[in-house]
Amino acid sequence: MTSHIDELVDFDVALEKYDPVLGFEVHVELNTKTKMFSAAPNVFGDTPNTNVTPVCLGLPGVLPVVNKTAVEYAIMIGLALNCKIAERCGFARKNYFYPDTPKNFQTSQYDDPIAYDGWIDIELEDGEVFRVEIERAHMEEDAGKLTHMGGSTGRIQGADYSLVDYNRSGVPLVEIVTKTIEGAGKRAPELAKAYVAAIREIVKALDVSDAKMERGNVRCDANVSLMLKGAEKFGTRTETKNVNSLRAVEHAVRFEIERHAAVLNSGAAIVQETRHWHEDTRTTTSGRPKSDADDYRYFPEPDLVPVVTTLEWIEELRSRLPEPPAERRKRLQADWGYSDAEFRDVVNAGITEQIEETIAAGTTAAVARKWWMGEIARLANAADKDVIDLGVTPATIVELNSLIEAKKINDKIARQVLEYVVGGEGTPSEIVEKRSLAVVNDDSALGAAVDDAIAAMPDVVEKIKAGKMAAIGALMGPVMKATRGQADAGRVRELVLEKLGLAG
Amino acid sequence: MSAISREDVAHLAHLAHIEMSDAELDKMTGELGVIVQAIASVSEAASADVPATTHPIALTNVFREDVVGETLTAEEALMNAPDSVDTRFRVPAILDGE
Repeated sequence: MTSHIDELVDFDVALEKYDPVLGFEVHVELNTKTKMFSAAPNVFGDTPNTNVTPVCLGLPGVLPVVNKTAVEYAIMIGLALNCKIAERCGFARKNYFYPDTPKNFQTSQYDDPIAYDGWIDIELEDGEVFRVEIERAHMEEDAGKLTHMGGSTGRIQGADYSLVDYNRSGVPLVEIVTKTIEGAGKRAPELAKAYVAAIREIVKALDVSDAKMERGNVRCDANVSLMLKGAEKFGTRTETKNVNSLRAVEHAVRFEIERHAAVLNSGAAIVQETRHWHEDTRTTTSGRPKSDADDYRYFPEPDLVPVVTTLEWIEELRSRLPEPPAERRKRLQADWGYSDAEFRDVVNAGITEQIEETIAAGTTAAVARKWWMGEIARLANAADKDVIDLGVTPATIVELNSLIEAKKINDKIARQVLEYVVGGEGTPSEIVEKRSLAVVNDDSALGAAVDDAIAAMPDVVEKIKAGKMAAIGALMGPVMKATRGQADAGRVRELVLEKLGLAG
Repeated sequence: MSAISREDVAHLAHLAHIEMSDAELDKMTGELGVIVQAIASVSEAASADVPATTHPIALTNVFREDVVGETLTAEEALMNAPDSVDTRFRVPAILDGE
């Protein structure tokens, strides 16, 4: 294992001399109820080795049977990526020895993937669109989960032994492979992140995967090589494995570009190898070189018969596709009338759905944004939680807003009520009732408070009488204080004008 | 002349994690050569318009509905394990795979 620190070339300097070439393999775990080839449940986080059948354990004499829903999900992913769908395809055995695969082979697809020759348009942050060509999307199964024990790092180096859980063994996967991506230049790291984000968004919108990267539902292997500007032949590539967050994808591509440039500048050659990504240091280290071990001796799986698709079946699946995420975003922004910056903030906060539901439930787009991006975001930040984990629902906002519109509470009280909602005290109406927060619009009580304020501030009254309406604000403070903040500001203003004989 | 070389057999044995003596390599090179030649003669008989056959029976689309079925208990799953810890299989640290 190498432990030296890699020489790096500054990113911008590297890009003056070299063009980066990228390629991605993204594994998507499907959210079917059962596994790819057995009726074991496909559930994350259960007691190890309880979601297993003899098929998952590779016991002698077992026969796999294909999960129809998994095939349909794979076709839907292919269609969403503008792929052609194979009329006929089959499964193959990919042979290797490792304890995460008890059969000593992974059932996959080899030269006849179910989907091939597609594309996806990736929108970069400034709105530039970059088309990524898809080579193929094929069906396969996930491996079991190894935990390396002993040693100090939890990594395999220095481990004394490993523990194996086969609950994940046989979970349906779709592997999406791009063609080589040229021309991204300095935007290569940004494109890498945006590409994986787009794949995640698509499989989530299709509802074929839980799409949680932190759980490994979407995993990315990033291929990077550099070629001298003007060169015609690709450089040697490295494959950085299991880069499992969007930020990490961006950083890993950037790091490999900086590292490759330094190796090439020194006159040395890039070794074709896998690299391991380390989130703590944001670096990669050498894995294993390409070798005999990559000779997987693929051959057709004799226990599984071919899959044949018909046009009717494909069209039925196509009719189930949701609106493509990029188009959906464009439509929502136009419907809501948000500026580019406002909309980007909403998307980045991950609350597009909440705002959509809030508007659908009866508020304006401006009101929905005000609450979700304002007070709710502030409360989430204070609690160090994601906005969606705060317990505030679109219904909460609609209810709060209708209390304001009915003049039962004012804006300031509404923010307090929201805080109580987050604190688990109930719905906004219940809280207003329980804590007696309803606005004082009883004119006798309010009138007395206004009278007191007028009497206490004759200089302000003079200004108002002289036509300086802004001075009314100075009376608002004492009135609000007297009513514990529960006065309706509009009504107070009306009363002041009435009492001073200025009402129209 | 065999259709498969001694080096081919040694390479395959290595990939399959099978240890073979020199004598075994010699023997297998001859035997595998005969098998490969026999299969090659099938290719000669088939004209170019005959598609490659992977399955002898013309079945397609044998599917299962996505419905959870019976599973093993962890105890059953581990019944034949040489070693285990709690409900997981225990295996030696393996470095050559990765």
